[in-house]
Amino acid sequence: MNLEKVIFAFFIMLALTLNFGFFIGEIDNPAHHHAYELFAAIVVSVIATIMKFGDRSQLGAVLVASSLVADLQLIAAALLWGAAVNTLDGGLSATAMASIVSLSGGALVANIVSVILLVTETVMSQR
Amino acid sequence: MEIPTVFFLILRRLRNPLIFLVCMYAIAVFGMTLIPGVDDQGQPWRMDFFHAFYFVSFMGSTIGFGEIPYPFTNEQRLWVLVCIYISVFAWLYAIGTALAMAQDPAFRYAVTQNSFARNVRRIVEPFFLVCGYGDTGHLLVQGLVERGLRAVVLDRNQDRINNLKLANLDIFVPGLLADSADPANLITAGLQHRRCIGVVALTDNDHVNLKIAITSKLLNPDLRVICRSEIHDFGINMESFGTDEIVNPFDLFADRLAMALHSPATYIIHHWLTSAPGSPLTEPLFPPRGQWVLCGYGRFGKAVQQYLSFEGVEATIIEADPAKTNAPADAILGRGTEAVTLRQAGIEQAVGVVAGTDDDANNLSVIMTAKELNPQLFTVARQNRQENQAIFEAADLNLVMERSDIIARSVITLITNPLLAEFLRAIDTEDDENAANVLASRISGLVGQNVPLSWTVETTKAASPALAVQLFQGASVTVNQIMTDPSDRDQSLPCIPLLLKHSGENQLLPDRETTLAHGDRILFCGHRTAARRMTATVVNHNTLAYVTGRQPVDGLTGWLRARSADTAKT
Repeated sequence: MNLEKVIFAFFIMLALTLNFGFFIGEIDNPAHHHAYELFAAIVVSVIATIMKFGDRSQLGAVLVASSLVADLQLIAAALLWGAAVNTLDGGLSATAMASIVSLSGGALVANIVSVILLVTETVMSQR
Repeated sequence: MEIPTVFFLILRRLRNPLIFLVCMYAIAVFGMTLIPGVDDQGQPWRMDFFHAFYFVSFMGSTIGFGEIPYPFTNEQRLWVLVCIYISVFAWLYAIGTALAMAQDPAFRYAVTQNSFARNVRRIVEPFFLVCGYGDTGHLLVQGLVERGLRAVVLDRNQDRINNLKLANLDIFVPGLLADSADPANLITAGLQHRRCIGVVALTDNDHVNLKIAITSKLLNPDLRVICRSEIHDFGINMESFGTDEIVNPFDLFADRLAMALHSPATYIIHHWLTSAPGSPLTEPLFPPRGQWVLCGYGRFGKAVQQYLSFEGVEATIIEADPAKTNAPADAILGRGTEAVTLRQAGIEQAVGVVAGTDDDANNLSVIMTAKELNPQLFTVARQNRQENQAIFEAADLNLVMERSDIIARSVITLITNPLLAEFLRAIDTEDDENAANVLASRISGLVGQNVPLSWTVETTKAASPALAVQLFQGASVTVNQIMTDPSDRDQSLPCIPLLLKHSGENQLLPDRETTLAHGDRILFCGHRTAARRMTATVVNHNTLAYVTGRQPVDGLTGWLRARSADTAKT
């Protein structure tokens, strides 16, 4: 067992689960989507990206790419949230919430791809 | 493009500091959003993520805009206090790691190697790959640059690469600190580059040179490969797989010295034609015949003695260690730096002295002592190291033989003008001192007191389209005709045809009325302008038509002629 791989798999899975937890619920209902969950998803996702830095393999390169996509989408969602609450007149409207959640939905897809790649790698190495 | 391994290593090493930094920010922001505060109205208030991240951002980078948006409560201040210290530590850790990596020799080497590889890739002119930048390599590169050619240098010694950077050459010569025996380094240096035209292996290790030669011949069989080899076995080995030229410094050096003593005119022609065009012509030498004294009987001394005895010149040998060097029985024991030894060798009756040991100080000492004993001596010294140039010049010797200079000249001629190398070899074999004297005086009258340019005219379609077409149509073109001045056909260009190579046969100093055939190669020497005009003649159909006295074949003049003929008809 490789401790590095365990930690990495943990962060990849955690990024997906947190992302999913934030995403689930009615898309335009702020009560269903908590800011802390988005925050945790961003932090975990960024850490997962950094952990894959310097991987020479082809799979490693694709993993870095997909988790960078997730980071970008989540950070965009967070920026939109901050803008909606603090600078736009309407506050956190249903429209803004829907945009935030749909951005996190995009990140969710990227995270799913990451997990699929990770599972593939594991299965391949088992053979 | 292949990314060097070291970059991955560096990203890997950056992981921990970056993760630490992200965690520190996350914890600080999270804490700021949890701890209750009060707003300006005294109402309970909690920071949202937006403000928390804003605050932590300027706190972490120690900018410190103050307590924004409302003054903090004591609980908040306590948390900020903890965060400040952690953040300073996190940043120091991250920046420290990054700086340490920038200092890392492996990383710096990778950066240098990368920029070197980029410089080599961007070369668009033909270039030579020179392995080994010692004295010879330095002179070779300088010679190439003087002739407007590009070069790439590999050497495994940092000092030499530094010398290259400080050499102040007119053309940029990329150099890399690398082991030339490693094929990967040769490839980085452009072995498979499409503009690479030759590899010169000049390292002082025959085995490395052999490796370079075999790598070049396998990876790029079309390249010209020139190798330095001090040991005959290695030379034969290199020859066996098609190395184009093998240069043995000792043989070559002794051969030149013997030539200088035996046939000064041939030697001076060699010296002139292998110098950079435009440099001043050196004076011819006339070494006297008679008894010579030869100091040092090492590899060089042996070769000199062999050549001298072949030339019928008697030499008394002085050697400090006759047993080790296997000196003949009549050799005088000593270094030759003392008057006693020199007298014993008969310096007072001798006509010349050759100081040929591998120590420059001893060589100079031999010459100075010998001159005191016999001021009429013809003095020849071997200069081993290029840095001693100044003292050898000051010693006012008749002839200084510098090994690296001789090798560099020979190699430059071989790679820049193979036909010139053939010509020099031919006059050497011809061994006609009178003819050489005549030629030397003709050359000296050619371009004032400067070294003339040597160039080759090839009668192929690619090199001389106009000439090739004329020959193909069955016209007879003589050497004299292409030597005609295209701006005035009654005049001849100031140049000398040195060699005509016709179907593998060399014709030395060809007659001007010789007719040319397809595939001939002619070597000329003369003024730069002559070379330019001659090139114009053989390339341009109408210029060639003018000098040969024929009708212009096509182009504007032909069109005008046809048009005026049409107008006359109507």
